[in-house]
Amino acid sequence: MQPSTDAQPPPRDDEAWVVIPLYNEATVIAGVVTELLDVFSHVVCIDDGSTDGSGDVARHAGARVLRHPYNLGQGAALQTGISYVRQQAGARYIVTFDADGQHRIVDAIAMVHEARERDLAIVFGSRFLDARTNPGRIKKVVLKTAVWVTNRTTGLRLTDAHNGLRVIRHDAALSVNMQQDRMAHATEIVLQLGRSHLPWAEYPVEVVYSDYSKAKGQSVLNSINILVDLIVN
Amino acid sequence: MWIQPVLIISMIAIAVYLTRSTPSDRHLAIRRMLLFGALVVGIALVLVPEWLTAIARVVGIGRGTDLLVYGSIVAFLLYVVTDYKRSVQQDRATTSLARELTLAEARIEDLTARQRDEH
Repeated sequence: MQPSTDAQPPPRDDEAWVVIPLYNEATVIAGVVTELLDVFSHVVCIDDGSTDGSGDVARHAGARVLRHPYNLGQGAALQTGISYVRQQAGARYIVTFDADGQHRIVDAIAMVHEARERDLAIVFGSRFLDARTNPGRIKKVVLKTAVWVTNRTTGLRLTDAHNGLRVIRHDAALSVNMQQDRMAHATEIVLQLGRSHLPWAEYPVEVVYSDYSKAKGQSVLNSINILVDLIVN
Repeated sequence: MWIQPVLIISMIAIAVYLTRSTPSDRHLAIRRMLLFGALVVGIALVLVPEWLTAIARVVGIGRGTDLLVYGSIVAFLLYVVTDYKRSVQQDRATTSLARELTLAEARIEDLTARQRDEH
């Protein structure tokens, strides 16, 4: 995480609500929430049955915390967040953001700006549109395979599929009803957003692979689970 | 042969247990019919094992035990698949239940927060 060091800090965004699936990230979530709240008025964390007090940490940092009664998975948490925000008056955009601090807030701001300027319903973050992100060779192969599967099943042409940073306008969010509780939701959400036939674009973002997010991130083996979830269901 | 009553009783017990513990009406009816058929066949084969060998010869397998093994593998895989599907359905049901609970709780919290702000 790097603090936003832009020369002119923009006023707090009241229309774009940030949704963060949260599962056992107590050591980093406070920083993520605090920095987001500098820019966005509404930060919603879905505490997905954390056992390390992540929910309380996020709440103290100023986030609105919803609590799953037990761990349902990241996809389920994301869906709960989307379902919650689309019921809120004045929520025009949903920004999905990862709890582990691998996304940069400047990218989120730029993507919301892009959605407004170009009247886009969906903006997908992509780490492969420029050379800033270095995921490492094996992870790159895994991610590119996920992209290939996603493009085959969804009909969209994305350069990055499993990127947690997205901006979804209210009308597009109505078409999201994810059934995949675990990681395969990242392909499912693309599929459902694609079916809405609303205007979309990709936007280059940087994914910061800190030692922390590397340790927490999906293992290469888990990509097999994703593949099976996608094929079987 | 004392094994015959043991096998027959355990088959009936399993059949009774399975028919009593499944949801969904139409599937239940089909499942009960299949189970009843399997039960009859099972009992018949325990009583007259030569039939199994005869059937195996008809379908081109030398021994009745081989046919039994193949049939068991198919039945087991069928079970794994239906059980997996059912557990996926149950996961989805509990997920949406948990989500509704979470959202209901959030609505109450938002409502009380708003009321507190108004006072």
